Amino acid sequence: MPKHELILLKNMMQPGYTGSLQDYERTGGYQSLRKVVGKVPPAAVTGMVMKSGLRGRGGAGFPTGVKWNFLPKDYTGPKYLCCNADESEPGTFKDRQLIERDPHQILEGIILTCYAIGAETAYIYIRGEFVLGARILEQAIAEARTAGYVGTNILGSGITANVWVHRGAGAYICGEETALLESLEGKRGLPRFKPPFPATNGLYNKPTVVNNIETLANIPYIIGRGPEWFASIGSPPKSTGTRVFCVSGHVKWPGNYEVPMGVTFRELIYEHAGGMRSDKPLKAFIPGGASAPFLTPNHLDVKLDFESVAAAGSMLGSGGVTAMEEGTDMVWAALRLMEFFYHESCGKCSPCREGSSWLVQTMRRIVAKRGQMEDLETLVDLCKNIEGRTVCAFGDASVAPIMSTLKHWRSEYVTLIQEAEAANLIKLEPVGARH
Amino acid sequence: MLKEKYQMEIDDIISRYPVKRSALLPLLYLAQRDEGFISEAAMKEIAGLLRLTPPQVYETVTFYTMLNLKRVGKFHLQVCKSLMCALAGSDTVIAWVKTKLGIGPGETTADGLFTLSVVECLAACGTAPMMQVNDDYYERLTEERFDRILTDLKRDGNCSLKTGPFMWPEAPNVK
Repeated sequence: MPKHELILLKNMMQPGYTGSLQDYERTGGYQSLRKVVGKVPPAAVTGMVMKSGLRGRGGAGFPTGVKWNFLPKDYTGPKYLCCNADESEPGTFKDRQLIERDPHQILEGIILTCYAIGAETAYIYIRGEFVLGARILEQAIAEARTAGYVGTNILGSGITANVWVHRGAGAYICGEETALLESLEGKRGLPRFKPPFPATNGLYNKPTVVNNIETLANIPYIIGRGPEWFASIGSPPKSTGTRVFCVSGHVKWPGNYEVPMGVTFRELIYEHAGGMRSDKPLKAFIPGGASAPFLTPNHLDVKLDFESVAAAGSMLGSGGVTAMEEGTDMVWAALRLMEFFYHESCGKCSPCREGSSWLVQTMRRIVAKRGQMEDLETLVDLCKNIEGRTVCAFGDASVAPIMSTLKHWRSEYVTLIQEAEAANLIKLEPVGARH
Repeated sequence: MLKEKYQMEIDDIISRYPVKRSALLPLLYLAQRDEGFISEAAMKEIAGLLRLTPPQVYETVTFYTMLNLKRVGKFHLQVCKSLMCALAGSDTVIAWVKTKLGIGPGETTADGLFTLSVVECLAACGTAPMMQVNDDYYERLTEERFDRILTDLKRDGNCSLKTGPFMWPEAPNVK
């Protein structure tokens, strides 16, 4: 038996649960929708979500109810809900499981959200590689349409809620909400300048809410069991509910574990994920996907909630926890992540587009033992000129691996460079911007 | 021409969006499904269907890595090399492809069966190392499983080792 009560993974843990409409209804599915539609005013639904303290599970952790409340109240034209199932943060694989194993749970959350914000159309933007996931969602939507939960006049209430699946095509940046909207409009996925925010000028320049799939999956339970119940779980008042954490790397049992927010990294890594895979001790871990700065074993007792991880100098992000054992080359690890960001930079802002390329080149040189001491300065200089100077948060994220490994494991960089110097290789001109 | 062949599907796709251009990615996928890649003729036709200029279609196509402007092999092996997979040995998988099929990243075997792409995170970090072959995920790769996948794909065009609806760890393993 799990140590903590499961919410989102509960159904799928039952033997024989297939995620079909019948299975979901048998567990009490769509009761929240029946309870609310046409009976409780939409504003009251938003009120319940605000009261629950639910915060976005995609990475930024913005309070969900507050986001919904930003939509203009007096606006009568079309509004949209976009469900972010782009899941492309390295280290994260929870949405895939939620989609493929229990699609109706997400769908009920989507329809409830449509009702609350007054949107007649929802698009599920799913990453292109999830072909199976897209097929499962489409099947679930068809089932729900037949049962009267999706479409025009849902449950005889006169309310319309259409849901469509829209596949992305392999761009990490499309997980950023405004890039997602651009992509959904059939354009290159370049983030938009904010403000204006999607709440007023979103999809097709109409008021739009963009929510992560895991966030939406929580909605039926908040409505069904009450916001007070939800707010009592986890680490109230600021981090309520559970989260599905994705544990990867050098642990014994990698995988998805749903725990209340506020348990420690020690519990997640050593109890749920079974500890390290070999007798080598933990050397480093990433607490919230590739965009989150690395932490050290000294941070194992940090709680998995938004504030505690931020106070430790990192971020809870998307909930992807990656453990690395003693012996892992941290410079190499930072380079791998930097290569990811270099590959995925959309190219809109020069600091990120050019900077990520220079960072990769400099890092490759250091790893290949051809670096020199000035390169360390160059790295910091480049990072500082990317951070905070881009349209979206990608720029800040892309420098996290290098900045944090330089902070905690600077000696490894120095050793590599000293080896290069000892080998008396030809002195190269430093790569990177000089000021 | 796509229009004659897929009229109903195209109409259905376009009807989902209030602005036609939104149907661009779905129609490009349709073209790729039809020909195996996206040809210039297809881009021009789609531009016409959505009342866009061909450059508007082309600028979108070139942004997305999953849209192929060139023909790829019958089986498109996409091995993830991001950090989480690399910690679990994805570089070894890329080496297996090289020794067993003789191809490196971006190359296709002479018989046109396999193309290798080395890609970034595919959201299977807990079951690394992994690769995607066309639409299917193959996870927790070992050399033995990898060999079987190649043999099965060559022989049957399919392999039962592909992942079904994903859950990891599976229910009984949860404490």
